[in-house]
Amino acid sequence: MSEHHHDHDHDHSELSETELRVRALETILTEKGYVEPAALDAIIQAYETRIGPHNGARVVAKAWTDPAFKQALLEDGSKAIGTLGHVSRVGDHLVVLENTPVRHNMVVCTLCSCYPWEMLGLPPVWYKAAPYRSRAVKDPRGVLADFDVTLPKDMEIRVWDSTAETRFLVLPMRPEGTEGWSEEQLAELVTRDSMIGTGFAKTPGAPS
Amino acid sequence: MNGVHDMGGMDGFGKVEAEPNEPVFHAEWESRVLAMVRAMGAAGAFNIDTSRFYRETIPPHVYLSSSYYKKWFLGLEEMLIEKGYLTRDEVAAGHAMQPAKALKHGKLALADVERTMVRGKFARPAPALAKFNIGDRVRAKNIHPATHTRLPRYVRGHVGVIELNHGCHVFPDSAAMELGENPQWLYTVVFEGSDLWGADGDPTSKVSIDAFEPYLDPA
Repeated sequence: MSEHHHDHDHDHSELSETELRVRALETILTEKGYVEPAALDAIIQAYETRIGPHNGARVVAKAWTDPAFKQALLEDGSKAIGTLGHVSRVGDHLVVLENTPVRHNMVVCTLCSCYPWEMLGLPPVWYKAAPYRSRAVKDPRGVLADFDVTLPKDMEIRVWDSTAETRFLVLPMRPEGTEGWSEEQLAELVTRDSMIGTGFAKTPGAPS
Repeated sequence: MNGVHDMGGMDGFGKVEAEPNEPVFHAEWESRVLAMVRAMGAAGAFNIDTSRFYRETIPPHVYLSSSYYKKWFLGLEEMLIEKGYLTRDEVAAGHAMQPAKALKHGKLALADVERTMVRGKFARPAPALAKFNIGDRVRAKNIHPATHTRLPRYVRGHVGVIELNHGCHVFPDSAAMELGENPQWLYTVVFEGSDLWGADGDPTSKVSIDAFEPYLDPA
């Protein structure tokens, strides 16, 4: 957090201490036979290489081009995504929230950091940090302003606080000027933030 | 518990600052912490609700000044000590000194990693009929348990409307304390922003939580 920049030297030494403590814990867990380091490596590799916002982007692009899929997705997100073999497997109770010209959806977890990992990968730091978690439910337009996002004044804004094991994925509006685009082309326009509800999908030709 | 983790509606934390091109991890140790939590959870050393409760019990000043993965580390270490998987002496020494405690599901093997990449299942058979229907008005109870709960403070005492019924799920308030799964109906309940925040709220905003039936009274 920026207000802590003056503590930089302190943070740095604390980081080293943390690193030592983490290594010690892994050593103990390994020696006691609780974890297999190769399994830990594989978990990390999955999040670094395979599981990320591109998974959600494919789902969104398909919903933009296939009305039957979109309807199925809005009815039961987990079930509909389960029919797409090429996308990362998804757990139960994924709820897909459609943004429309009259309603903008935005997702937060005020109590911790619940996030649709299988669709978006690991959450960014800001999603897990106090400024977003505290303000999203009270001042959603102020939070959106921090992302340079402005909504029409009378648009309904709906904030979904992820307080249980349901997970939420925003289906952003399809940008104009993309008629006839393929799913692959459209997926390139779908940003992570647009699927959290703190951004829009990219507009063709606009600087990103 | 009424801890600092329950942040909804608090002021003073400043602007949301997104980091452009943020890496998946900011240091290698963060990735090891994530993987240890996932592996020990899959091995049955703890359930997800217990792990959340241990993060919530980190002292407030430490919670607020620690990074996300630092909190995960602190919660993990303390939980494993308290559940008898390690001792404080072992942590101080940095090596195993005591025999291992059996893991409920056994060590997570490399071959089983793929299975853990999908979230666990939390739906359970219903022990009773649902008390509420879609469209019902409900009041979030004014409860303040000192233990784990998923009812945020900012909705307590407020009236909302049932919008979705997600079926019966493991009840975190019970599971976190290792008192069994105690399945309960889970609903999405929608509140008007102006009801939650009064004149300081945005009249175009609505906020929903997912609330377990024991959190709700008819209104």
